[in-house]
Amino acid sequence: MSITLTTNENGYLDGFDKFREIAPGKDIDWLMSLRESAIARFSELGFPTVHNEDWRFTNVTPIARTTFQMPENVSGKVKPDVLSQFTFPGIDCSRLVFIDGLFSSELSSIRQLPNGVKALSLSQALTKDQELLSERLGKYVDFDEDAFSALNSAFFQDGGFIFVPKGTQFEDPVHLLYVTTNSKSSPAITNPRNLIVVEDNCEANIIEHYVCLTDGGAYLSNVVTELILGQNSTVGHYLIENESKDAYNISTLRVQQERSSNMRSHSVLIGGALVRNNVHPVLAGEGCDSLINGLFMSSGRQHMDNYMKVEHASPHCDSRQFYNGILDGRSRGVFHGRIIVHEDAQKTDAKQTNRNLLLSDTAQIDTKPQLEIYADDVKCTHGATIGQIDENALFYIRSRGISEEASKDIILNAFTNETLESMNIEAVKRYSESLAADWFARRQHAHNG
Amino acid sequence: MLEIKDLHVSVDGKEIIRGLNLEIRRGEMHSIMGPNGSGKSTLAQVLAGRDSYEVTGGEMIFDGKDLLDLYPEERACEGIFLAFQYPVEIPGVANTYLLREALNSVRKYRGEKPLKHVEFGKLAKEKMKVLNIGDDLLKRAVNEGFSGGEKKRNEIFQMQILEPKLAVLDETDSGLDIDALKIVAEGVNHLRSPKRSFLVITHYQRLLNYIVPDFVHVLVDGRIVKSGGKELALELEDKGYGWVEDGTEAAVNN
Repeated sequence: MSITLTTNENGYLDGFDKFREIAPGKDIDWLMSLRESAIARFSELGFPTVHNEDWRFTNVTPIARTTFQMPENVSGKVKPDVLSQFTFPGIDCSRLVFIDGLFSSELSSIRQLPNGVKALSLSQALTKDQELLSERLGKYVDFDEDAFSALNSAFFQDGGFIFVPKGTQFEDPVHLLYVTTNSKSSPAITNPRNLIVVEDNCEANIIEHYVCLTDGGAYLSNVVTELILGQNSTVGHYLIENESKDAYNISTLRVQQERSSNMRSHSVLIGGALVRNNVHPVLAGEGCDSLINGLFMSSGRQHMDNYMKVEHASPHCDSRQFYNGILDGRSRGVFHGRIIVHEDAQKTDAKQTNRNLLLSDTAQIDTKPQLEIYADDVKCTHGATIGQIDENALFYIRSRGISEEASKDIILNAFTNETLESMNIEAVKRYSESLAADWFARRQHAHNG
Repeated sequence: MLEIKDLHVSVDGKEIIRGLNLEIRRGEMHSIMGPNGSGKSTLAQVLAGRDSYEVTGGEMIFDGKDLLDLYPEERACEGIFLAFQYPVEIPGVANTYLLREALNSVRKYRGEKPLKHVEFGKLAKEKMKVLNIGDDLLKRAVNEGFSGGEKKRNEIFQMQILEPKLAVLDETDSGLDIDALKIVAEGVNHLRSPKRSFLVITHYQRLLNYIVPDFVHVLVDGRIVKSGGKELALELEDKGYGWVEDGTEAAVNN
């Protein structure tokens, strides 16, 4: 059955009526009522407009105007060898592969995991781990004010479910690889939904990775990830977004942190025509640490919007936002850094830094700090810079015998490394560096050619 | 080796260098002295190829090549090195990385093979001894958080590695205490050879006690108003720049 989603008339509601007949977990009451309330909310909200303060700088009309097809069974569509380009040399991690949003068991590989650790698709978990899911799924992300999260909650078909029981430590990340095989004639919509539950005293790492196998054509990846950190747990979360040039990627990472947990989030945004990266950690327990780190690189007419919402809900928590952007061509970037310090969250130490390099006269960045502080004993700082390549540094390097382009590369690499160097997993760091290097090479090629 | 003829340079429409002539032959050590604002640093930057300085007249010929036809990196590859008055901090770029890239770029220009990591390491170790530079300075980001003395030593260290034909030292002595000054001077003297020339730009005579020039020129208002041997520096120290400045006034009035 093919399901079409469109804003024409009642397209999304009609689509949902069809979808509910085939939806994963269609017989599970709590899940269906979640989906029902989500579609109801979505149809009330509609897609956001630039009149909505949270979307002031990002116009999603192209998404609202597109008629999307929900993906159907795609087994056998992708050969395993084409996926080798999306691996991380040097680490042997478990990998869950989703083709057009649907889990592919033949392309996935699960390594030996520590006792009790689960890494499976959400659709599988709906039969095997329903109890765990019912306690957690949808409990953190709030779709009341967010149409895209509502859309995801109504229509998600699959995603990754990772469960790490108390006291488990394993460093090799679980890799969630989302591959879109788009055809230009029918734009696809996928709603990946990830649930990551890490109990107390654990250490774990997760990579979310979004790629496309074809070069052009619009499609939408509308992602929601809920990540829960138990007490004293440390989790590294890596988002690597390298969609194709016409793609839309809207991604929401909602993090719940219990006491003394330590979350390290890294986003690397390279691809896509229109990208929105929402990161929303809630530091719910005392003494949490949160690192919200990112690198975005845009060119052509790309639009990359980073919306941070860091919520301090308990005392003695530290958060660090550190985002670097490099913008070329006619691309546009947004950094919206919101910090909310609740009344009880005394001794909060929150810091936000956003640095941007504009490589062309026509690139544009909007950077906006937004501090909402309801406690009186807190330390909150923010800083943003927008600049071009430092002419003094460029001349200095050239005066040592290095060509202008190579000198620029050295400066740009240093800039990207500022954020990448805080990645703890060397293989992911190297992979990200190579994405950045490819970007520089493409840029040079465009300038020389 | 270097011949500057009737050089005119403007910055933001204001003429800073106004008809400068200078010839430096192979193996010679020249010093340019002059009061603040006389155009000393402008000359250094123009030689290295800074494009915010506009050459409005004259020429600079280096080993038969017109420098105005060459980019900064090409001038460096041809053998010109500028030790900056204010070395630039470049966060995130390791000192040793930049230097290896620079050396290999220069070698490539000359048709030589690039040095491997190990070979470069050996070379660097050897040169570090002369300047009393520690390993940590190599690993740190270029000039970032360096003290004044460390920055200047790092410039001379780069010069040691790149082995230029003509080294231009722009107020390398400024901000140095006497011990740091001696180390820097030793680094420079270590490189003196019949094949290599130097242009040492300084405000004070002090540096010239340690780096002894063959020729001293006095730059005032963008022109060389007096040239002589090393004793000219002592005379300047004694009488001050007013002495030569008055001289030019007198010459103009006559």
